Amino acid sequence: MTVHHSPNGHRDSVTPARVGVWLFLGVATMIFAALVSAYIVRMGSSDWHSLPKPGLLWVNTAILLLSSAALQWATIAERQGAHRSARLGFVAGAVLSALFLLGQLWAWAVLHKLGYFLNTNPSSSFFYLLTAVHGLHLLGGLIVAAWTVRSSERLQLFVTYWHFLTAVWVVLFGLIVLT
Amino acid sequence: MAISFILVLIVLGAIVLTASGIWWFTPLASNWNEIDGALLITLAVIGSAFVVLNIVLAYFVLRYRHREQSRAQFLPDNPKLEKILIGITALGIVILLAPGLFAYSRFISPPRDALTIEVVGEQWRWSYRYPGPDGKLGRANPKLISPKNLFGIDLTDPAAQDDILSYSELHLPVGRPVLLHIRSKDVIHSFFIPSFRVKMDAVPGMVTHYWFTPTVIGRFQAVCAELCGIGHHRMQSPVIVERLEDFQQWLAKQPTVATTVKP
Amino acid sequence: MTHHTHHEPQSFWTKYIFSQDHKVIAIQYTITALLVGLFGLVLSWLMRLQLGFPGSFQFLNPGSYYQMLTQHGMIMIVYLLTAILLGGFGNYLIPLMIGARDMAFPFLNMLSYWVYLVSVIVLMAAFFVPGGPTGAGWTLYPPLSALPNAAPGSGWGIKLMLVSLVIFIAAATMGGLNYVTTVLQCRTKGMTLMRMPLSVWGIFIASVMALFAFPALFVGGVMLLFDNLLGTSFFIPAVTLFGQQLPREGGNPLLFQHLFWYFGHPEVYVVILPAMGIASDLISTHARKPIFGYKAMVLAMAAIAFIGFIVWAHHMFVSGMNPYFGFFFAVSTLIIAIPSAVKVYNWLLTLWRGNIRLNVPMLFGIGWISTFIIGGLTGLPLGNVVADVPLHDTYFVVGHFHLVMGVAALMAIFGGIYHWFPKVTGRMLNETLGKLHFWVTFVGAYAIFFPMFLMGILGVPRRYFDFNALQYLPPQTSALNIAITVAALTVGAAQLIFLGNLIWSALWGKRAEANPWGATTLEWQTPTTPPPHGNWGAQTPTVYRWAYDYSVPGAERDFIPQNVPTEPQVLVGAQSTVR
Repeated sequence: MTVHHSPNGHRDSVTPARVGVWLFLGVATMIFAALVSAYIVRMGSSDWHSLPKPGLLWVNTAILLLSSAALQWATIAERQGAHRSARLGFVAGAVLSALFLLGQLWAWAVLHKLGYFLNTNPSSSFFYLLTAVHGLHLLGGLIVAAWTVRSSERLQLFVTYWHFLTAVWVVLFGLIVLT
Repeated sequence: MAISFILVLIVLGAIVLTASGIWWFTPLASNWNEIDGALLITLAVIGSAFVVLNIVLAYFVLRYRHREQSRAQFLPDNPKLEKILIGITALGIVILLAPGLFAYSRFISPPRDALTIEVVGEQWRWSYRYPGPDGKLGRANPKLISPKNLFGIDLTDPAAQDDILSYSELHLPVGRPVLLHIRSKDVIHSFFIPSFRVKMDAVPGMVTHYWFTPTVIGRFQAVCAELCGIGHHRMQSPVIVERLEDFQQWLAKQPTVATTVKP
Repeated sequence: MTHHTHHEPQSFWTKYIFSQDHKVIAIQYTITALLVGLFGLVLSWLMRLQLGFPGSFQFLNPGSYYQMLTQHGMIMIVYLLTAILLGGFGNYLIPLMIGARDMAFPFLNMLSYWVYLVSVIVLMAAFFVPGGPTGAGWTLYPPLSALPNAAPGSGWGIKLMLVSLVIFIAAATMGGLNYVTTVLQCRTKGMTLMRMPLSVWGIFIASVMALFAFPALFVGGVMLLFDNLLGTSFFIPAVTLFGQQLPREGGNPLLFQHLFWYFGHPEVYVVILPAMGIASDLISTHARKPIFGYKAMVLAMAAIAFIGFIVWAHHMFVSGMNPYFGFFFAVSTLIIAIPSAVKVYNWLLTLWRGNIRLNVPMLFGIGWISTFIIGGLTGLPLGNVVADVPLHDTYFVVGHFHLVMGVAALMAIFGGIYHWFPKVTGRMLNETLGKLHFWVTFVGAYAIFFPMFLMGILGVPRRYFDFNALQYLPPQTSALNIAITVAALTVGAAQLIFLGNLIWSALWGKRAEANPWGATTLEWQTPTTPPPHGNWGAQTPTVYRWAYDYSVPGAERDFIPQNVPTEPQVLVGAQSTVR
């Protein structure tokens, strides 16, 4: 299916893999939209208490933004044919993402120590839920990438997915910090 | 051919069963004839559509069935006909929706002088609380529910003391609008009185509302209309509508918060 | 990655078990869905035995009854209807009808079936755990579904149900990505979107809906699982259960309902749109006439899909939500009646001046029209907010959704199976048994479900183990319930005849020619029947015309397949057939 023709016979740069990934981004958008709206509704209850926000979260956010930047650099390099730089950027991006995930787990540990568990109060429940869903999407992406990123088209798709997850994190982070 | 015949039989059967009147609205015992009106208009519209469309279907299948030498006509579309049919449908929709929305706007606007009564649902019974002479229901808090305080009444609220409690029956004075405040202690239930066209979910954590005016003296029944566990089908309560004097007599005999609920 | 350059599967395992061929996967989905649907059917017999002959059977107590009711609903809607229409029909028909060799992502496709199978196994496992499966209703409303001991199956049962749903959603997402991408990217030369048969349009639009609707169920289900398993309070406010205060507060039961129905309403269109598409193709093929108003049919399906996402709270008119929402959702719900009505008119107008062959697929097509009419029409009182108040949660609703989803959709599914069986197996299904299956199912369905509308108008609530506590029922009601039960068991027996016909005919049925119905669509033009791996042999077909050139004036036969080139000269006075 790499060579496919639109009805007029021309070769498209819109490949099935690209369509599939964009559709999946649509699905993921719906998941996070549902979570965010549930969060907003639940926030209206009288028993809502704001969570302490570990400073670590800011660090993690910065790391994730950096990983997106590294991956973007990788795609630009790839497009220019600089394969070594691209590989470097890709590995850097993957490593930074892994660091982000570890940082999130560390943030969980910090909250645990402060006495905030999953069932402590609604905002703690949501904190763990939102970070878990986001983190699982990231982890899943890393695993799939390790298996399948072989071509430059695949790299580009992976990076698109990554930018999407970074943007989602920025929204979730903003929501958590501001409420 | 048989299919056309069967379709007509089905339509006739549906008409006969409906017209028999065995299973039809319970006689209305409240002010909500507007609900019945909206529903009847809707049923009339859809009933006619059901009959007409099935008859047309039966006729077309009969008339245009395959026979020797028959050939279909190549008729891929007819935009004018489509537009006419859309127009008729839209008109039908408006005819049944407009009265419904008017009735609904009255439905969500309880009159000021309505008698407030609290309905509390739990697995698997209904209980009721009346405001007493001060006309105000005292505050209640689910966290205060205990074996000695089954309604969770906040005893620090002075308005609560004269509240009247009924653990089994709902009594109502005829002709007076009633505004129900509906709560639940555990899971979602739904307070349904078919004769009054009353139905509203009882949701834990919130108070829902429904207003109506009972217009007929008699004995009716409230049942549960939201699956609430294994006793769902047994969760019912008598509803007695009586003259004002009889109602007040009954009320005077019921326990009050002051006499029966202790901290 | 390019499946058509990979080698033919070599071993038994890669050919029949872990096949990446969409046709094999479709059959796997279909067989699994029919088997799980058979189980759901048996559950319905048990429920009807209780309702017709209350108290006759020891093992039918309120607890087990509510468990059966819950499982019956969830199995039929999700594990049968959604799976067979998207995974079964979608997988089989899409590549063949658009002239592709296979789906866009064959490996993912194979994976989606096995994940679906795992979800079925997890669901069934709930019957074997302590406490049994959940009995909180297929809608799983909290707090009932979440609190310990509030409903049967509140231990392992509800957890397994929710985990099964999450797994199913993964499978459905994989499938949906495949169906949508394949339709957008893998159509053969000449197959524009507006030349695709309506079966493909129905499945395609339904798949888009499914992709955007299931996430809401995923989120609601995960949060519900957390409330049940991990002590959170997403949906649970302060409650006292059997006299015991529980350590929860602040949760919002209505939040679950919004999430659930944001999924739940589009879900019913995910089921009905493929059925509509299939029905259109059955009716046009067997009436030897183009589907009337093809463009309007496509637009109507798209309109139903869009509007279908903004009607969900018509399930919540008496839930205690903000009453002003009632205005909006009543209007949006009634607006959706318009494209649905347009489709009904167009099916009837397709029959008008047709040349109708009353074979088994067409009989089911006619059955579809009739039952969709009553199923759809009875949605209108439910959508007209104030009229819904007496009808909500009564037997009126039960009659409505069974006729539209349980009967009409099944009419399209059965019709489709009888229609495409010769293509899938190279043999015909037995016609006499097929007609028997149709008649008993069609007449029986009306006998079962029409009386329920009247019971609902009277005020008989749904999800009741028995009606002994109701004081306002006419005495004839127990006789009515017996009659409904007898009808239900009879219709059930007819389905067994159908299953027997399927198995027998697959092995020993009369051999079919390549295109026994004289149909125009591409799947009937494959070089061999059943189609080979890769579907088309050396060269994929080229498409020159739309899918409905039946009884074209001046043509020799009463159908012209899509891959037949158009005449160079235009016949004077005849309508152009090139679309």
